[in-house]
Amino acid sequence: MRFNHKKPLMALVMLIAALALAVGISACGGGSSSSATEATEAESTEGTGGEEGGGEAEAITSNPENAKVSLTIGSKNFPEQEILGEIYTQALAAAGYKAKSDLSLGSETVALKTLKSGQISGYPEYASTALTSFFGLEPEEVPSDATAAWEKANAEFEKEGLEAFEPTPFASANAVGLLKSTAEKYNLKTVSDLEGVSEKLSLYGSPECRQRIDCLAGLEKLYGLKFKEFKPVDISLRYTVLEKGQADLSILFTTDPQLAAEKEKFVILEDDKHVFPAGNVIFVTKKKVAEEAGPDYEKTILNVQQGLTLPVMQELDARVELEKQTPKEAAAAYLESAGYVE
Amino acid sequence: MTAALLTHPLFAGFTGAFEFIFSKQESDVTGGKKVGGIEQVLELAWTQIELSVLALLLAMLIAIPAGLYFGHRGKGELIAVGIGNAGRAIPELAAIALVATVIGVGFPGLVFVLALLGVPPILTNTFVGVRQVDHATVDASRGLGLTEFQVIRKVELPLAVPSIMTGIRGATVNIVATATIAPLAGVLTLGDFILGENVYGVNGVLAGAICTAILALLFEFALAGLQRRLTSKGLRLQQAQ
Repeated sequence: MRFNHKKPLMALVMLIAALALAVGISACGGGSSSSATEATEAESTEGTGGEEGGGEAEAITSNPENAKVSLTIGSKNFPEQEILGEIYTQALAAAGYKAKSDLSLGSETVALKTLKSGQISGYPEYASTALTSFFGLEPEEVPSDATAAWEKANAEFEKEGLEAFEPTPFASANAVGLLKSTAEKYNLKTVSDLEGVSEKLSLYGSPECRQRIDCLAGLEKLYGLKFKEFKPVDISLRYTVLEKGQADLSILFTTDPQLAAEKEKFVILEDDKHVFPAGNVIFVTKKKVAEEAGPDYEKTILNVQQGLTLPVMQELDARVELEKQTPKEAAAAYLESAGYVE
Repeated sequence: MTAALLTHPLFAGFTGAFEFIFSKQESDVTGGKKVGGIEQVLELAWTQIELSVLALLLAMLIAIPAGLYFGHRGKGELIAVGIGNAGRAIPELAAIALVATVIGVGFPGLVFVLALLGVPPILTNTFVGVRQVDHATVDASRGLGLTEFQVIRKVELPLAVPSIMTGIRGATVNIVATATIAPLAGVLTLGDFILGENVYGVNGVLAGAICTAILALLFEFALAGLQRRLTSKGLRLQQAQ
């Protein structure tokens, strides 16, 4: 009786059920929520347009000469980078180039390697990251002026046959973030205020943060702080651990949309001793690629990034991180609302 | 011998990684502090072993009794196979994110996620192992007056051991390898080398991968030895013929 194999139909039904379950679960993981967000995109598109005004934005015109040039735009592996990569790709396509994107390559080391190998034509990088990660500057040596930082980075890039275009209006930096209630409890405004309190507080950040001089290692060295513990977490969990009450402090990004949307909940501490250098985005490319692509390459990139101020970037990050739009959708909405494309 | 191995052309690309494992190296982003070296390797490897062993034990605790029960009853194929297949489809990172929001990041959450990963192969193989037992043998043991529990304990379980162990070994490789993502959820394992290319460099990434592979092999050898000891003499003779 236990070895009754009379039910092939039942077995088939089971198999289908199991398959359906598996597909359902993996779809959840993949985040294929694009259809659900199209409506919100249409509604919120006007929001950015009004905010920006688009006075400086110059509509991108297609130049048939560019059609013979193929460009591949890369990015590092987090939402803001993917959005930027898409913005540049779509703008270059609008200018007539054969442009495609190859996003989410990995860390800056991987992205730079990919660029040097010629697999991508260019990618957006933070000037501060370039100076500290690639060119060995200490965080406190990074110029706080965007143009000065760009010039310094560009001079170094040129030695390697690369070129960096002028910086974006917005800058991004890491920051020590916390719940507003915690900040009020210990009366914290700057990172220096943590002195004497930090032993009671846990800090969460990316696994790399632990040893980086522009992160935990710098907080310990420059501020002389000791924390109760440091726990490594995936950067996508940086707000979850605060909300769950697991982390007292968490390493956040100044461009995070949560900081704009939930001012009453999350705050960041002022980095008074400059452990976290702020970086404007500079587009890095190979000199040879720039020469072959002609003048429209640099012109289009500088033109399309003019509208990228801090609130605009936060709003774009919000679309992807909070509203679960794809970077592609967010980039398209930006180009349209700021008047770069029809 | 190590020197001869290192200079072999097959390992030419790995020289830097071996250096990283045995002695501390410079890093571009740490402000002068050196990284890597045998102490850090052993420390991270030990955490990975602790994490993997606990996850494996939890997975066995869930999957073996369930597999024995369903296999003995000859029912629940849907559950055993369905859970097995669905379990494989869950991306571990998604599971970690889910667990982080429910019970928080850290050691217990990771043990749970990794155990979930180990359950499917053990459950399916236990179930199949029990179902494959010759039913004449089972009937005979009932005829001798064994209770249902004794049938499972004394007949089905010993005969299913090879299949169960295959499941456990499969689960172990999965768990040990996936424990490398633990640094994304609060626990530092060898994965720290793999995930931290900016800090450790390419050699560090490679070193992390090599050490994890060695760890998986050590587990595999240990379990193969265990399997030989657990398999009943009669079965061993049968296989030898």
